[in-house]
Amino acid sequence: MEVNNKLIQDIAKLSKLKFEDSAANKMKEDLNKILAFVDKLNEIDTEGVAPLIYMSKEVNVLRADEITEETSQKDALKNAPQKDSDYFKVPTVLKK
Amino acid sequence: MNTSDKYEAVIGLEVHAQLTTKTKAYSSDENIYGATPNTKTCPITLGHPGTLPVSNSKVIEYAVKMGIAVGSQIRERNEYARKNYFYADLPKGYQITQDTTPICNGGFIEIKGEDGKEKQIEITRIHMEEDAGKSIHDLDPFHTLVDLNRAGVPLIEIVSEPEIRSSGEAYQYVLEVRKLVRYIGICDGNMEEGSLRCDANISVRLKGAEKFGIKVEVKNMNSISNVKKAIEYEIERQIELIENGGEVVHETRSFNAANGGTISMRHKEEANDYRFFPEPDLQPVIVTQEYIEKIRKTLTLLPKQLYIKFTNKFGLSDYDSIILIEEKEIALYFLEITKHTKNYKTAANIVNGAIKAHLNEFVKHISEFSISAIRIAELIQLIDDGKVSNSVATSKVFTQMLQSDLSAEEIAKNNNWIQDSDTDSLSEFVKQVIAKYPEKVEEYKSGKKGLIGLFMGEVMKLSRGKADPKLANQLVRAELEK
Repeated sequence: MEVNNKLIQDIAKLSKLKFEDSAANKMKEDLNKILAFVDKLNEIDTEGVAPLIYMSKEVNVLRADEITEETSQKDALKNAPQKDSDYFKVPTVLKK
Repeated sequence: MNTSDKYEAVIGLEVHAQLTTKTKAYSSDENIYGATPNTKTCPITLGHPGTLPVSNSKVIEYAVKMGIAVGSQIRERNEYARKNYFYADLPKGYQITQDTTPICNGGFIEIKGEDGKEKQIEITRIHMEEDAGKSIHDLDPFHTLVDLNRAGVPLIEIVSEPEIRSSGEAYQYVLEVRKLVRYIGICDGNMEEGSLRCDANISVRLKGAEKFGIKVEVKNMNSISNVKKAIEYEIERQIELIENGGEVVHETRSFNAANGGTISMRHKEEANDYRFFPEPDLQPVIVTQEYIEKIRKTLTLLPKQLYIKFTNKFGLSDYDSIILIEEKEIALYFLEITKHTKNYKTAANIVNGAIKAHLNEFVKHISEFSISAIRIAELIQLIDDGKVSNSVATSKVFTQMLQSDLSAEEIAKNNNWIQDSDTDSLSEFVKQVIAKYPEKVEEYKSGKKGLIGLFMGEVMKLSRGKADPKLANQLVRAELEK
């Protein structure tokens, strides 16, 4: 798989990021290098091997419907770069 | 022919129901509506690094309940998936949902079609997922405010096949879904608070055409009547567009409750690429047949089952039965009355008549209704015994029962409302009346049958309104026809 400029711009858009041309080029090089490295894995024949999704074979890891987690409003908002007394604040989402 | 008659609408609905669990879907912080912003969260809900979700067993149970209620196939091996998109009210950057392994497939919701016949709308799938937080756009002119209390609240999404053909059918479908989730107790069905939400996929095509038209998704209809309005508007908009030589664009539109129209939100071609992939942080969930059967046994009060019981076992009309099952608590109240009386028809009449009228007048829920079911059964007994007429029972006695703990019979006695069913004393009144109007008797005999009203009125007067009208009528007739 080849990472081209269009793909960089598409991924950037989905992530709400913006790249200038020079930065996009650098990102393209990096991603291509990573993909080339990962491509090595394709040299192994995985025909008939089921994809590995879970690190354990356990199923039905469930919990009872009981409240055991309580985070205070103060703690919840603690790491937010922008906030007011009640809310997280983010740049305006809707364009008017 | 009206131009719009050439077209047919094709509608599929996606209903999101917030589950009334105590805690969130994948974390054990509280699931509650209306709390102070950002007070019902935890590190998992907030999407902090290194946190790991754990599934709430109640969510599986509720999803299975819904599947059983609509007759779905329930999947044995369930997996979760990540739906990736970037938005401020989704702190993890992905929504945990089910992609290729929805917990339920198939089944149907039954509605009355446009032709009045029963119509089954097939369910495509029901899957489990989590809600996002709430973005508030109108409190701060320079920022969007985010409340994450709702983030991680469990949802089931119920997707219908595109088998709905009109706004009226869509209205009924949502009504039926709401009724079901309330009956099985998994969602409070409150559209105004957003605990039940509906998106509609709408397209139009020429009648008889096989191919679907280009569909538009309409969101933000926050009441069932708005679902109807939005669909009506959208069908008309699309037909007009096509009739004027235009083309429908594949897009998402938002319903505007203020003017009843829809406005474009974004074009689908620029839409998100959600890059679904399996959620490795949640182990698969196996739903066994044994488990399904255990849940099935708890579902004894589905509206359909009650309808069959009311029409077959109780001999009630289709109409009476449908009204009785509209609301679960009313149906349960009616069932309670039937434990104490066999006069099902009168019980249904009192519930659908006097009781519902009272609840509507005072904007009350049946849970706030002061007369116990057993006292209503006693009132019915009073009618059955001929001690009070139906109208005295449901107006006068009923009204006093609302404010008193006395039995229906005590109230009727105290107020002197027990009607006279004593044939001897009534016969005496009848004879007096007949003797008083010899000319009228002749007129009656020569065909003026309407005069019976006059004699009845006189008898009622003499008895001071306490004569059993049915019995009095019989006696007057018998005497006149001698």
